Amino acid sequence: MTDRKAEPEALTMATPTAIAEDTEKGERSLKGLYVITFFLGIGIWTLSAVLSRNALIPTPIDVVASFAELIANGTLWGHTVTSLSRVTTGFLLGVALAIPAGFLMGWYWLARGLLEPWIQFFRTIPPLALIPLVIVILGIGETAKIFVIFLAAFLSCVLATFQGVRNVDITLINAARVLGAKDFTIFTRVVIPASTPFIFVGMRVALGASWATLVASELIAAPTGLGRMMQQAAQFLQTDRIVVGIIMIGALGFIMDRLLLLAERRLTRWQETR
Amino acid sequence: MPLISIKDVTKIYNTERGRTVSLDNVSLDVEQGEFITLVGPSGCGKSTMLNLVGGLLMPTSGQVLVNDEPVKGPGPDRGVIFQQYALFPWLTAQENVEFGLRLQKVPKKERAERAMHYLSLVGLQDFANALPKELSGGMKQRAAIARAYAVHPSVLLMDEPFGALDALTRVQMQDDLLETWEKEKRTVVFITHDVDEAVYLASRVVVMSPRPGRISEIIDVPLAYPRGEEIRLSPEFAEIRARVWRGVHHHE
Ligand SMILES: Nc1ncnc2c1ncn2[C@@H]1O[C@H](COP(=O)(O)OP(=O)(O)OP(=O)(O)O)[C@@H](O)[C@H]1O
Ligand SMILES: [Mg+2]
Repeated sequence: MTDRKAEPEALTMATPTAIAEDTEKGERSLKGLYVITFFLGIGIWTLSAVLSRNALIPTPIDVVASFAELIANGTLWGHTVTSLSRVTTGFLLGVALAIPAGFLMGWYWLARGLLEPWIQFFRTIPPLALIPLVIVILGIGETAKIFVIFLAAFLSCVLATFQGVRNVDITLINAARVLGAKDFTIFTRVVIPASTPFIFVGMRVALGASWATLVASELIAAPTGLGRMMQQAAQFLQTDRIVVGIIMIGALGFIMDRLLLLAERRLTRWQETR
Repeated sequence: MPLISIKDVTKIYNTERGRTVSLDNVSLDVEQGEFITLVGPSGCGKSTMLNLVGGLLMPTSGQVLVNDEPVKGPGPDRGVIFQQYALFPWLTAQENVEFGLRLQKVPKKERAERAMHYLSLVGLQDFANALPKELSGGMKQRAAIARAYAVHPSVLLMDEPFGALDALTRVQMQDDLLETWEKEKRTVVFITHDVDEAVYLASRVVVMSPRPGRISEIIDVPLAYPRGEEIRLSPEFAEIRARVWRGVHHHE
């Protein structure tokens, strides 16, 4: 969105000051527009909720009230913590296994030959399709949910990492070799940094997949969690509460994605084009 | 004893589209301290020859000897400067130069000193902390040269290193290269498309011809170093350049 910000020096060097100032002004007005469109959206929502005369369509005020209530009685906090810990555990496990697996596949043909067919096959199955089987075998406890999330994260991240390794510029590897680097050094000093951008892409996709899988698995079967909270509210037609759940899920997913993006910017600042 | 000895080397590539004889029974000796340039039309096997000496490729038949030892792989005794610079984009100029020194377990302080020494040699002392993306094409090339020099290779193998530079920077880089070569007395094998450049730099110009890749002519350049503008504009230079030109463009 605002990649220019990352390189203010390059920008001022390459462009006349007038243009640089123009862009800055443009960015400021863009921020203003974000605020305006936010209130506009809330306004349209309120208006349509009121005009529909349907008690089941909550107004923003209903949602805020419900939000306050859920905070006051502590339930929202509990559900959020459960959901967050599930998603982080599954995501971290998935990524922690996907990165070495992707590296192995990219580096050794043996690993690639043994792993790739399975990964390509399972990748075409939405992890949710496995839930019935997983529930039968592992029950509806934490293990089952974390397992499905883990699978979702792993499958999205492993191929990105693999691609990253395959894409490492061969001249960089040759450059390291002529400077005296052996396999292990080439791997740690060249292959790993060169594939970081790919890994981050994989991690962000994995995060989205984990989050989607979490909510779906909680909707299907869970004693706690944001999905469960929404499912319960639906039974009592508490649509305001459902909307609180939706907003929480959106907000948490957004924050986690931004955190990853921040880490990515930091670690791949060296990239030529971004 | 020559420093580099290429003996009856044939290199054949087998691909789906058939086999390419990239080098056909080529022999060449390079003496310690020589500056050799390789010229020839595209596809005549120049890079192949360089990579064989660098140990990045193995010959199909024949032998490549460096210091009387058969080449088994790449090593820091032979520095390679690639046409595409091949700087590590995540490392600063100084860290790039230190890369090889770190592998040789040179202590940190000495490493930094040596890196700075070679960065200054190529005029990049003020860009030690810059990332490759912040350097111009010529600066990247100079950083790559500093990185190769820093590990003290006895042979420098340069694959069209100045190909991407504008004419002005190119002349500057040629003079800088000759100056450091005379100072450090390395053996250089240098590939170029540019006949002028080939003659200006070399003590011997090796002219190659394609399909199959062979050495068609070796032309001595008996012009004294240090070289400069007078030599570049001298009739002797023009005469040698004409011979190389004919060798490249009118073989058979
Ligand atoms: N990896 C490879 N696989 C198959 N054929 C190759 C490979 N590398 C080079 N060749 C072939 O070998 C021949 C010589 O290639 P080489 O790269 O050595 O040429 P060159 O003289 O360096 O050309 P240029 O001036 O264009 O760089 C060419 O015909 C090329 O098609
Ligand atoms: Mg070439």
